[in-house]
Amino acid sequence: MRARDEILARVRDAVRPTDTGSDPAAYRRVGMRPPEELADLFAERVSAYRATVLHTPKGDVRAAVESACLESRARRLGVPVDLPVQWRPRTLEVVVDDALDIPELDGLDGVLTGCELAVAETGTIVLAGGARSGRRALTLVPDLHICVVEADQIVELVPEAIARLGSVTRDTGRPLTLVSGPSATSDIELDRVEGVHGPRRLVVVIAE
Amino acid sequence: MSDTKAFARAAAKELANTQLRANLYRATHTIRAKRAAAVSELPDWEELREAGRAIKQHVLEHLDRYLLEFEQALTAAGGHVHWARDAAEANAIVARVVKAARADEAVKVKSLTTDEIGLNEALEAAGIHALETDFAELILQLDGDTPSHILVPAIHRNRTEIRDLFRRTIAGPELGDDPRELAAAARRYLRERFLRAKVGISGANFGIAETGTIVVVESEGNGRMCTTLPHILISVLGIEKLLPRFEDLGVFLQLLPRSSTGERMNPYTSLWTGVTPGDGPKELHVVLLDNGRTRVLSDAKGRQALACIRCSACLNVCPVYERAGGHAYESVYPGPIGAILTPQLADLAGGTASLPYASSLCGACYDVCPVKIRIPEVLLHLRGRVVAEKIGRADPERAGLETLAAIFADRNRYERAQRLGRVLRRSRIRAAAARLPGPLRDWMQARDLPDVPPQSFRDWWRSEKQ
Repeated sequence: MRARDEILARVRDAVRPTDTGSDPAAYRRVGMRPPEELADLFAERVSAYRATVLHTPKGDVRAAVESACLESRARRLGVPVDLPVQWRPRTLEVVVDDALDIPELDGLDGVLTGCELAVAETGTIVLAGGARSGRRALTLVPDLHICVVEADQIVELVPEAIARLGSVTRDTGRPLTLVSGPSATSDIELDRVEGVHGPRRLVVVIAE
Repeated sequence: MSDTKAFARAAAKELANTQLRANLYRATHTIRAKRAAAVSELPDWEELREAGRAIKQHVLEHLDRYLLEFEQALTAAGGHVHWARDAAEANAIVARVVKAARADEAVKVKSLTTDEIGLNEALEAAGIHALETDFAELILQLDGDTPSHILVPAIHRNRTEIRDLFRRTIAGPELGDDPRELAAAARRYLRERFLRAKVGISGANFGIAETGTIVVVESEGNGRMCTTLPHILISVLGIEKLLPRFEDLGVFLQLLPRSSTGERMNPYTSLWTGVTPGDGPKELHVVLLDNGRTRVLSDAKGRQALACIRCSACLNVCPVYERAGGHAYESVYPGPIGAILTPQLADLAGGTASLPYASSLCGACYDVCPVKIRIPEVLLHLRGRVVAEKIGRADPERAGLETLAAIFADRNRYERAQRLGRVLRRSRIRAAAARLPGPLRDWMQARDLPDVPPQSFRDWWRSEKQ
């Protein structure tokens, strides 16, 4: 018998299906906080991961990005093709990611993207390939990630975010990356060290 | 033949290592406190646990349906699905895919499932080097050591030991022991290997039946590197890792990080649904692994062990784990969950029959389990199975307990035994037992004889009535 058929036969042999439902418990599926509180909660939670948070009016995103780059001494900034033109800095070199190869990505000082949505309660940004988020390698190889989050993209709870991402997955099948702070390890005596393999610096620009 | 003393022997050796015990104490207590804080923040934690339990039970009871649904969805999204009855079959599939890509190296994300099947050793034998990229796993691989904790596998190593190891292997003699410096050394060593890798190998935390999505939860970014940059990605998935619907992640992505690292969310979670042109691997393979899982499934009481999401919260609260450490379990899955999962996967063979006894049955593991696995219940159930296997064989413990049962069943015998006990008195029995060879001495080592009171209740009752 083929492995597939044998494993399925073993499963059917082992267990008799019951009619238990899969999801009876009443956990929170929708947040109760007023929407105007979400940006502050999100900012507080992102900061707890030792990411840098900048607040800015919607029209001033470019200036915030430029100052973040200046502070990080970033001179070459990668951006996804569909990143809004009004976010792109003018004071440094902007490299559009039209299928850059890995050494080219490695040559960037940083990357600027938007996001699909963000979760306030956990301080999480969700990148969903394309749609301003860029492909996965673009936000992975460079050492600095600047991510613009618009206030109306922030939901309160994880289940709210997952419900929306379920639609994205069913409609587009795009890969998703949930980012909560810069990369980190606690493998050495449980001392947290930020910055291992992913971007060692994460700057979140909240545009309100 | 089963060996019910293996854990005790291994633990005795580990207990003598004071460095290990100091590391473990600090680590388990630190994570415990972090977890408690992260969990107390959520008003609906108990509802989430109940949802997690119910979803997992539902999946296990309808596993054939969800396996087929997952296979169909993933194939439609451009992935290749392989099925493996056991470790050898899984390892052969992975080796074949790597060889077909003409690669002799693969970068690997930490995965207990691939440790369970001995994938690295099997690939090495096929001329393929599987490079561990998780910081702790790299430490262990460089030193030929094995993991001792699910989440922090090198928990038994301190910074000086790691520094010395790195100086010998991947860094120069000027390397210091600051964790920041050590992490930077690992980054330098692994970076070019990530950037040139052709093949990545991962496990998976969850597979979504509805969409064919695979989910990997991590902290360091090595998982993103391994699952994004190579052309070919192979993920080995235990068949119990499926969730029915994408929305179920709303439960598990809250339960797992808070139980595991005590964070609101881990730094990176990667989800991919088949192949996406221009983004990530061009070829995607998933190996669905049985390797004893269907056997566990056939035990109605023991099967709840398959609901485990590998958070390791039960290790951190376990008084036995805290003292004995992970190596004493002689298994990829240590701690309370290992004590019920390992023996079942191995059908109680060899030393795994000792693991159900590696517990004081205090129940702390159940209290922290994010999917409410009733670990003490399964431990007792498995002890019962171990004992049942001994029926018909000469066994002193069994004979002793049967004698005791006969004494307790009859009033005259019981009262005679009480009188005999008072005559012999505690100290003399103890001294005699300690001199005895073999089983009785073992038995007495972990048990105290209660004081025999000078007068029993029955004697007192009689004297009062007169």
